[in-house]
Amino acid sequence: MADNVLFIAFPYAAVLVAVVMSVYRYIDHRFTYSSLSSQLLEREQLSWSSVAWHYSILAILLAHVLAALFPGFWGALLGGQFRLYLMEITGMGLALVAILSVLAFIWRRLTNPRVRAVTTRGDWVLLAALLAQVVLGFLTALLYRWGAVWYLHTAVPWLESLVRLNPQIDAIAPLPWLIKLHFLGGFVIVALIPFTRLVHAFTFPLSYVWRPYRVVVWNRRAH
Amino acid sequence: MRIQAQISMVFHLDKCIGCHTCSIACKNIWTDRQGAEYMWWNNVETKPGTGYPTQWEDQARYKGGWEKKGDRLKLRMNSRLGALGNIYYNPYLPTLDDYYEPWTYEYDNLINAPAGDDQPTARPISQITGQPLEIQAGPNWDDDLSGSPVYAANDPNLADLSEEDRAMLFEIERLVFFYLPRICNHCLNAGCAAACPSGAIYKRGEDGIVLVNQDKCRGWRMCITGCPYKKVYYNWSTGKSEKCILCYPRLETGQAPACFHSCVGRIRYLGVLLYDADRVTEAASVDDRALVSAQRDILMDPFDPQVIAAARANGVPDGMIEAAQKSPVYKFVKEWQLALPLHPEFRTVPMLFYVPPMLPVQATLADGRVNLAAVDEDDPLALFGSIEQARVPLAYMARLFSAGNTDEIVRVYRKLLAVRVYRRAQSAGDVPAAEAVRILADAGLTPDSAEAIFKLTATPTFEDRFVIPPMAREVNIESVIDPLTHKQGAGFGFRQDARRGQ
Ligand code: HEM
Ligand code: SF4
Ligand code: SF4
Repeated sequence: MADNVLFIAFPYAAVLVAVVMSVYRYIDHRFTYSSLSSQLLEREQLSWSSVAWHYSILAILLAHVLAALFPGFWGALLGGQFRLYLMEITGMGLALVAILSVLAFIWRRLTNPRVRAVTTRGDWVLLAALLAQVVLGFLTALLYRWGAVWYLHTAVPWLESLVRLNPQIDAIAPLPWLIKLHFLGGFVIVALIPFTRLVHAFTFPLSYVWRPYRVVVWNRRAH
Repeated sequence: MRIQAQISMVFHLDKCIGCHTCSIACKNIWTDRQGAEYMWWNNVETKPGTGYPTQWEDQARYKGGWEKKGDRLKLRMNSRLGALGNIYYNPYLPTLDDYYEPWTYEYDNLINAPAGDDQPTARPISQITGQPLEIQAGPNWDDDLSGSPVYAANDPNLADLSEEDRAMLFEIERLVFFYLPRICNHCLNAGCAAACPSGAIYKRGEDGIVLVNQDKCRGWRMCITGCPYKKVYYNWSTGKSEKCILCYPRLETGQAPACFHSCVGRIRYLGVLLYDADRVTEAASVDDRALVSAQRDILMDPFDPQVIAAARANGVPDGMIEAAQKSPVYKFVKEWQLALPLHPEFRTVPMLFYVPPMLPVQATLADGRVNLAAVDEDDPLALFGSIEQARVPLAYMARLFSAGNTDEIVRVYRKLLAVRVYRRAQSAGDVPAAEAVRILADAGLTPDSAEAIFKLTATPTFEDRFVIPPMAREVNIESVIDPLTHKQGAGFGFRQDARRGQ
């Protein structure tokens, strides 16, 4: 029963909240959509922590998403033993980098008075959730080897069943609690998106690559 | 030919007294808010000096503006993909310490301190942290400190000067400085807009004012680097970038921008320029020496029937064209060619122009002493000293206003001098009139134009200085919003609390 609530009801609720509230925030409080950069106030520590954090977490997220979307391809990719080793080591390395950089974010916000002045409750909640999640992820990788492969036979079928609106938790029910906590943490962070600065990740300005350098806005003419 | 209108500016530097009234007028209206305390949309710098933020002109460090790569222009900071790569941390962003940490004083303590033996004091406290702070710098920290080894000596513009020129500039008996008031230049090829990953910075088609859409800005803070003039500021509280809005709510109601209106030296002029929007890139891509003239070339004659027809065809209203014909800026920049853009080599095609200063007038130096009986029948120019001996070296002025092309500066100075001699002939009568006219002609002026220059420089009325076009905002917006509703909202543009997100 508890599993049904945690791994069926909660994920749906989290995604629903994330979508509805993010759209609402975008429509009604668009002004609050921002990366809320604090680089102006402190740059030395941010210069490595922000870069390290974003590249490591984006790579990790990309791996999670790719594996879930193309399990066949992912399985084939890790077919060879060497490639599997490489993936495991890379994954753990990136997770370590991510852990260190969230710790650096937290340290920076605790110790630098200027950055502290612009730190909100939302920032603390988010940083705590991210730290917990990357630590859980790292422990999962460390304690339960070859996650890059068993992920395909546990979490992926579960996620797929959620997407198909035919929720099945059999594949993940027998997993250890540590791994289940990592799953839960993922959806907690999803639910946090609209209430924290995490919205910034969804306004990634890809169109910069092709938009014209000059932007002219006319009031009357439709140019 | 695609004619567009641009509200443009001229600052006459010989008239600036460095009083900072402009800065205060602006501060009181627009930036007296949390997160904006350190922003000086209008600031006044002492030159030679390091400016605000410190050494903003040093693009090796701040990477602002454009550079020419072959025939093409590219942002100095990075390529488009490079911008997305640098988005998590912008290596060229100034920090608050390059500006200053804004502070106030603990005034409460003056009233509420418990009775004691000492006078209570009002300690400075940071407006960010609320904690006591040791004041290290301020927005005009080097005010009047020309010649100082800490400030003036670190002016990036001195790089071009010969040893001799530099020594002359810092000789204590000859110490000289002038003021450089700066606002956003509302550029035609704005670096800020090009650098913004979100495309939040735009130019208003009708009048060319450059604005940051506060709803589209995502705080990627690239514009601050993109603007070589450092005239976009990051609001550390709201997480959005802000810049000079040329007081558009005032302009739309027929008033001059606050800094213009309040200017004590009456150095500021505002008016419309018509330009050929098709040729902006071309004008921004020529070699350094030709930048000023190329920019002048794309400014079109508002009396030319062909230009008028093209303007009308491109939807420029008649009121705008009429304003362009009366524009004091057109006269200074194009007709008399007295006003030059600041740092055209940044290639943003800035639309704020400066009449370079000649003051202090240098009475002839005879044997190193000031000759008060300076009028020399044979050489009427002697009173004002020779251009080559200008107190501020020509090379320095050229670094500021003509991308190093001293010819442009000499041309302007000769005109300014000629007008002075001409007026001297009229008012004091100790220069032969014919000689004065000859000097005018040599400089490329006629008595009529000299008269007009004199009048617009020395005794202009409010209406002469500010020719504000009818902006007809109420007509322009009626398809979007009821003009009466809009009228109540004139301001930053949205009616919600500008609250920081989470
Ligand atoms: C995909 C595109 C993303 C972009 C372009 C991006 C960009 C940024 C930027 C510009 C900042 C501000 C850095 C500064 O203070 O100057 C930032 C901060 C932050 N980002 Fe991202 N981000 C992205 C994705 C993510 C993701 C996926 C996460 C987490 C799962 C994340 C978590 C954070 C956190 C926690 C901070 C605050 C760090 C701190 O100052 O304490 N970002 N991001
Ligand atoms: S001066 Fe700077 S902020 Fe103003 S338009 Fe030019 S590039 Fe943009
Ligand atoms: S108000 Fe006018 S005279 Fe005074 S500092 Fe500003 S520009 Fe110069």
